[in-house]
Amino acid sequence: MAFFLQNLVNALQWGSFYALIALGYSMVYSILMLFNFAHGDIFMVGAYIGFGVATGLMVLASLWAFTLPGWLILVLTILLSMFLTSFLGMFVERVGYRPLREAPRASAAITGLMIGIILEILILWGMGTQRVSFPSLIDTVTYNIGGVFITNKKIMIVAISLSFMLALHLFIKKTRWGMAMRAMAFDYVVVPLMGVSINHIARMTFAIGSALAAVAGILFGVAYPVLDPYMGIIFGWKAFVAAILGGRGSIMGATLAGFLLGFIEIFVAMIFPSTLRDLIAYSIVLLILVFRPYGFFGEPYSAKLRL
Amino acid sequence: MEATSSELSAPESGLKSKIGRLFSRVPIIGWLFGALVAVILEQIVGMPLALALGLPKIPVLFGFVTVLKKPMLVPSTMLFVLLIYFLPIVIIARLSLEPANRLAEKLINFSMEGSVLIHLVLLYAILHIWAEVSDYRLLILKFTLIAIMVTVSLNVINGYMGEFSCSHPGFMALGAYTASVFTVSLFVNDSLFGQALLPSFLGPFLFPLGLILGGCVASLGALLVAIPSFKTRGDYLAIISLAFLFIVKSLIENLEFVGGPRGLSSQPDWANLPIVFAWTVACIWIINNFVRSTLGKALNAVRDEETAANAMTVNTRRTKMVAFMFAAFWAGVAGGLFAHVLRYVNPTTFGIQKLAEVLAMVYFGGLNSVYGSIVGAVSLSILGEALRPLELFKWIVIPLLLILVMIFRPTGLIAFKEFNVKKLIRPKQSPGKEV
Repeated sequence: MAFFLQNLVNALQWGSFYALIALGYSMVYSILMLFNFAHGDIFMVGAYIGFGVATGLMVLASLWAFTLPGWLILVLTILLSMFLTSFLGMFVERVGYRPLREAPRASAAITGLMIGIILEILILWGMGTQRVSFPSLIDTVTYNIGGVFITNKKIMIVAISLSFMLALHLFIKKTRWGMAMRAMAFDYVVVPLMGVSINHIARMTFAIGSALAAVAGILFGVAYPVLDPYMGIIFGWKAFVAAILGGRGSIMGATLAGFLLGFIEIFVAMIFPSTLRDLIAYSIVLLILVFRPYGFFGEPYSAKLRL
Repeated sequence: MEATSSELSAPESGLKSKIGRLFSRVPIIGWLFGALVAVILEQIVGMPLALALGLPKIPVLFGFVTVLKKPMLVPSTMLFVLLIYFLPIVIIARLSLEPANRLAEKLINFSMEGSVLIHLVLLYAILHIWAEVSDYRLLILKFTLIAIMVTVSLNVINGYMGEFSCSHPGFMALGAYTASVFTVSLFVNDSLFGQALLPSFLGPFLFPLGLILGGCVASLGALLVAIPSFKTRGDYLAIISLAFLFIVKSLIENLEFVGGPRGLSSQPDWANLPIVFAWTVACIWIINNFVRSTLGKALNAVRDEETAANAMTVNTRRTKMVAFMFAAFWAGVAGGLFAHVLRYVNPTTFGIQKLAEVLAMVYFGGLNSVYGSIVGAVSLSILGEALRPLELFKWIVIPLLLILVMIFRPTGLIAFKEFNVKKLIRPKQSPGKEV
């Protein structure tokens, strides 16, 4: 039982990365009906920006000879990196997606992929081939609750992810901007006629999605403090799988499917040899899609959708 | 028709149309003669000329690599390319205009198949002589031919049928491993499979069988993607195919008897240039006929409107199944050839990186067009090699180029164009008649 609970905690942590990234895919999809294939690499750049900001803050603190507590640096890092990474998202939208809004959907997928490659190479060029290690901002404290070892980092990661998801939910449901996004997701042809600018909404969606990816990147850096320029590829594609599995454009679905994918991967690795993880996890995904061809919360294609 | 159109545009632009008119009547066979002379010339006087111009050796890829590596050698490299390639091709093509047209006319009147065969023999001769210069050229040429096969076959699914399939590297992996296991277990004394079962002189004859077997295994794998595609399409199918890719890769990593993550090596060296060339030609020919057949038109119907296609008696399930299995077959054959050219395969070769590469070739070249796929595969392969001296920045230049192509030509360079062999090889001017 303790073994099971231990893995449950790990899966929650692992799934929260997937869920945070999948949210970005899903939000962009619900507005533009396009997937942002550079999103995995935005996650990676977000982690590097977090690394830069955290290191910079620590250096500044030591220069001016005052001590910042670790948690404060972490909070500042998350907020600043979200702000900076959202500009990257807006840039990607402007360069890769706005010119292609009327083009076949696959073309935008290609530009997204290519922007992702460029981001990887720029980071590789800027940071060198050596992996960098994320500064450890808070000390690890391990609690033993009935044989289950829980670190304060894990609690923090899950709590921060869940609170950001809740914040996103409230933003979409309660604010005027959120209402505009929901309206745009409902019908992107008529709603612009009502005075809502699709460019503004698309830009905002990319910014929010990228900010969430930056949060995921920093939390990943806290949990596994080694960053390399190619870490976004696998994470991005797997989160993309989660976004689809939840149902296209469904925020709720993306969150749930992100956690589900985390659970599947961790529990498969628990029961079977870990080399079989991808094999079994993706066979399960394949089976789910065979029996629920439109994901958990998705709807079948209707005439309204641009195919 | 081309002649009239070029004449119509003649008054508008001066020099360009003049040059265009000079060369628009050169048939393909004339260009082939020119290229043949150029490569023979390079073979004979290439080395002395290169030394005389101060180049260390014959520029391998039309001087791209040399120019990027040593900017000081730009003028002499350009002179070399001009003297060896550009001038001979242009002069021969222009001078042989009349006889070449007459020859093309005669050949096509004699027999269409014979004419195609002669063109192919000429093309092969050019490639062979060109590749004689260095092993590096030979390797690039083989990989380019294989890339053509993969791209053309992926275009059947992504272009003609309009699905976004991500599983092609998976099909390639299936083909590569099946063909490798076939040849290595039967003909090679190997630590994984033990003694050779058959004498090795039979090998080259049974090699095509191994490739076909690889293709068949790949098409069986394609069923796993094709059957879910009955109920869903678009992004969901993209995920199913992506999951398939992950599954295949992970499966091979876990199969210890084919080497697991370490990969499989010591494939016999049977994928020489004629074999690869012949398979590529067969692949283009068969796929081109396939997409122009009724079944191929059914693919377009399924892409444009599935319900309407169904109402018009198109059997959509059969169409999807055939398209996936057919494309997967050729991807498998290409994978088998790839394994035997490289003489080593490992599962990581067929990952996301390969997927991005193949997708880029398809969408760069153009959707729904065999012609475009050939152009996309050749240009991106050559570009990838030519920009190698840029090292890291190669991966910024090529993606930027692709983004620009996507923005200005969203369906790719040469999309929706039929690859018509008859039109390609026919004479551009009737003998005796001034056009």
